[in-house]
Amino acid sequence: MARSRFRSDRGLTLRMGGVSFGLGLLYVAFGAVLISVFFNSGGVGGGFIALVIVLGMAWGQWYFSDTLALKSMRAQVVEPHQAPELHAMIDRLCALADMPKPRVAVAQTDIPNAFATGRTPNHSAVCVTTGILQRLTADELEGVLAHELAHVANRDVTVMTVASTLGLLAGFITRWGMYLGAGRRDRNGAIGFLIVFLVSIVVYAISFVLTRSLSRYRELSADRSGAYITGRPSQLASALSKISGDMAQIPSRDLRDTGAVSAFFFAPALNRDSVSAMFSTHPPLEKRLAQLAQISAELGEQ
Amino acid sequence: MGLFDAILGRSKPPEADLDILFQVPQAVLSLEAQGFTFTGTGGVCFRDVEGNADNLSVDEAEQLVRLDGTATVERSDDSFGFHWLTVTRPGDAPGLCTDLHAVNSGLAQAGFSSSLLCSTVVFTAPDGGPLGLVYLFKRGTFYPFAPRGEQRRDNALELQVRGAVANDVPVESDLSRWLALWGAPHLA
Repeated sequence: MARSRFRSDRGLTLRMGGVSFGLGLLYVAFGAVLISVFFNSGGVGGGFIALVIVLGMAWGQWYFSDTLALKSMRAQVVEPHQAPELHAMIDRLCALADMPKPRVAVAQTDIPNAFATGRTPNHSAVCVTTGILQRLTADELEGVLAHELAHVANRDVTVMTVASTLGLLAGFITRWGMYLGAGRRDRNGAIGFLIVFLVSIVVYAISFVLTRSLSRYRELSADRSGAYITGRPSQLASALSKISGDMAQIPSRDLRDTGAVSAFFFAPALNRDSVSAMFSTHPPLEKRLAQLAQISAELGEQ
Repeated sequence: MGLFDAILGRSKPPEADLDILFQVPQAVLSLEAQGFTFTGTGGVCFRDVEGNADNLSVDEAEQLVRLDGTATVERSDDSFGFHWLTVTRPGDAPGLCTDLHAVNSGLAQAGFSSSLLCSTVVFTAPDGGPLGLVYLFKRGTFYPFAPRGEQRRDNALELQVRGAVANDVPVESDLSRWLALWGAPHLA
């Protein structure tokens, strides 16, 4: 077969693999500490039940992610006759990307944004807000939709759920560990809980940073795949700069309401300046634009 | 979609499978036996990519098809940002398939394999309306598309055609992939 203009970014792939590996390692180490301490101290039924509940909630959040995210944004699933242009656009993008068509939803809010959600490509939904529909041209909107479809194809909800479950668990122990450990009479058990508590704090901090950097890499990766699906990276770049410019002008009171789903948002619904780059779920705009400009140049090569 | 793709993101776009196009003449015979008329028209639909590299390779393919002087080629755009190259070669199904293959492989050679959406071969149905036999590159399968007026398609006729050509070409079994090609220039 002939050459392909689609070039994978080896550096990005390596960094993503490195972060995933680090998270996996952290998982194993944390699990080992938990198990050894719990087995040595014995009789911690209550704590275990709490842990199972936390993990169960994470699972439920993943399993029902499409319904939950759409509900929390008060988004309505739209049928082809309600939004024929939007559906036609997504139909063609899915055919180009060879993926099943996700459900299409529209959220009635002026915040210009779009997100994708769902545990597998077969159980997924793409949602756009009325704000983004009003602000973007058809070509720009297509670039944004391709970016979201790339999230679906890359199974980003699953990856990010698995990645952030550890942080959730560690965060839970950090918050409730003292309370659980306080009632213990024997010294061994109390020391065990102290160890778990301290380890949890460290694990929470590390996993927080790793999860955030993984999220940034997934965004860059989705930009890349999305640009290759449409063949028009500059339209996505234009949409990105347009939306980021708009975001700053919108009062922060409305934006805080959407904080919970902001990890899967197209552009984070938080003021960029207030969050340092290390803790941000999305890469800086300049970085995304630079990558898209490079893809544009590669597509135009003779 | 393997585990590594899930962890590291899709590293490759789906590539187009072109050679199955040569099975179309067999399907043409089957459909003619069912009362459909082969119009000699077919089309290639592909994504407009930024920059001029894709336009140049389409120019080349167009010249190639025009070489023997019997085929006509037309270029048009639809409202979704896709280009259509319509080739007409009356009464010559194998020749038409060779043309479509030439256009497609020209684009694929230039590196635009992932931008190819579909190819169509057009028939006139017994009811007088158009019927497109659509080849989805990424799936390597065919499906029928029978538009009847504004945003309407004749599903019964499409299902009938599916049965008629099932032995000749691979038919897309997932009905949700039967993409509606509104605005296709030769299917109006």
